[in-house]
Amino acid sequence: MTTTLLGVNGVWKSFDDHPVLRGIDLTVERHQAVVLIGASGSGKSTLLRCINGLETVDAGSIFLDGDVEVTSFDTDLDAVRRRVGMVFQSYNLFPHMTVLENIVLGPQKVLGRQRRESVEIARGLLTRFGLDGKASEYPDRLSGGQAQRVAIVRALAMEPELMLFDEITSALDPLLVGEVLDAVRELKTAGLTLVMATHEMTFARDVADRVCFLHDGIVLEQGPPEQVFGHPQQAQTQLFLSRLAR
Amino acid sequence: MSIVVPAPGAAVAYVDPARRARVRARARRDALRGMVSLLAFVVVISVVVSLTPGWPAVRETFFNGQEFIATFPGLLKAFWLNVRIFLIAEPLILVVGLLVALARTLKSPLFLPARVVATLYVDIFRGVPTILVIFLLGFGVPALRLQGMPKDAVFWGTAALVLSYGAYVAEVFRAGIDSVHPSQRMAARSLGLSLLQTNRYVVLPQAVRNVVPPLLNDFISLQKDTALVAVLGPIEVLRRAQIDASSTFNYTPYVGAALIFIALTIPMTRFADWTQSRSRSRRRAGGVS
Repeated sequence: MTTTLLGVNGVWKSFDDHPVLRGIDLTVERHQAVVLIGASGSGKSTLLRCINGLETVDAGSIFLDGDVEVTSFDTDLDAVRRRVGMVFQSYNLFPHMTVLENIVLGPQKVLGRQRRESVEIARGLLTRFGLDGKASEYPDRLSGGQAQRVAIVRALAMEPELMLFDEITSALDPLLVGEVLDAVRELKTAGLTLVMATHEMTFARDVADRVCFLHDGIVLEQGPPEQVFGHPQQAQTQLFLSRLAR
Repeated sequence: MSIVVPAPGAAVAYVDPARRARVRARARRDALRGMVSLLAFVVVISVVVSLTPGWPAVRETFFNGQEFIATFPGLLKAFWLNVRIFLIAEPLILVVGLLVALARTLKSPLFLPARVVATLYVDIFRGVPTILVIFLLGFGVPALRLQGMPKDAVFWGTAALVLSYGAYVAEVFRAGIDSVHPSQRMAARSLGLSLLQTNRYVVLPQAVRNVVPPLLNDFISLQKDTALVAVLGPIEVLRRAQIDASSTFNYTPYVGAALIFIALTIPMTRFADWTQSRSRSRRRAGGVS
């Protein structure tokens, strides 16, 4: 049996009269990994930012867990963001804090956890993602792959129900992409619900339960990876995939 | 002694000794050339200046050794007042500047009065010359004869410096807050931190770090501007030099006062340079941007 964790219903969003999302629909079940593909500017990042309220919507609604309306004016967005983790393309680690301080900031200040407990959890997560010995380093001493894994750990330390990944490997040296994708794969195995915008098609085919092709601000085509990658129905999807294959 | 060349791929740093010797020889030669050129420059300038017709008179009035020895201890003693003004004004300026900068970033309609007052304050005190502020406060407020208001010139002079510099430093802090990349706020908010927590733990620490070099520049100029308080009468170093000079019609005390200021500002300038180069190398840390 599956239950819906995230429901996006007819969301519109424009920037200066330029429509980016044009009535987008998306449903994500618990423990599912949904991968968003599509050209740059198709609305992947904007959609992810709307889901945790970093961006307001112009029309439509977004529900978390069926009852919390993220898009309502009366919703406490800090409470929503406590349940939704996000990892960015450019890592966005806090450069004035050590790796450990980056990770325990949220649990201590937002969840009100004890210092000792937060540090313990953080160290456990660092070990789990192969970052032993990096706890007291500053972000400028990390490789891109390490920095991105720290960013993943920082989001995980809040024990989110849903994780959003916004092209988290796009800024990485090709040699470092693998270690970050392995971390995401582990989260999927652990049963976390994921929504991920990416250009890594092999990975999408491998890990996704469902692939959504975004085009001009709507989900033009979606389905299991074998279907979307193997037998794309829409001309735009075929064009996008054939361009990638070249 | 035999030279051992490490095997290719060895995990050591290796420089060919012959190349190293050449590089060092060239560095020595460059240093020598620089010294010779500097010396030649000083000699030429000295000769040209000493050949000007007025030089003997200028030397007598501005660089009189006896006069210097007689007045310098008094100048140093008077300078202590400048130092005290500076040490009291500096922390107050930092507090005023930070509060005003923060007030100007408040977006909630509830804080509109704070934002308006802060903006007006910056507009007014950045526009009025510091010496005018000192005049207006130093002569104006005591003339009101308000109960309990201090009449001390040093008090009002320092207050004027705090108000004038506070406006500048507020702008420096505001620039620092703006210099923190929006993605940092976004990352903090996505962790569930409130607006206040985001400012306190993520934005402000980075903003303050980014503005240390320009703040030091403002403080160097504050050190010099403590001399402006002289217009109100207290005997700080410039006033002392004025008194000494007018009693003997010899201007050497002014040069003495200048030397004292330079002796204090040069180390601070070097320190500012150092922090600047250090912050440049730290700036890009934390992510691509």
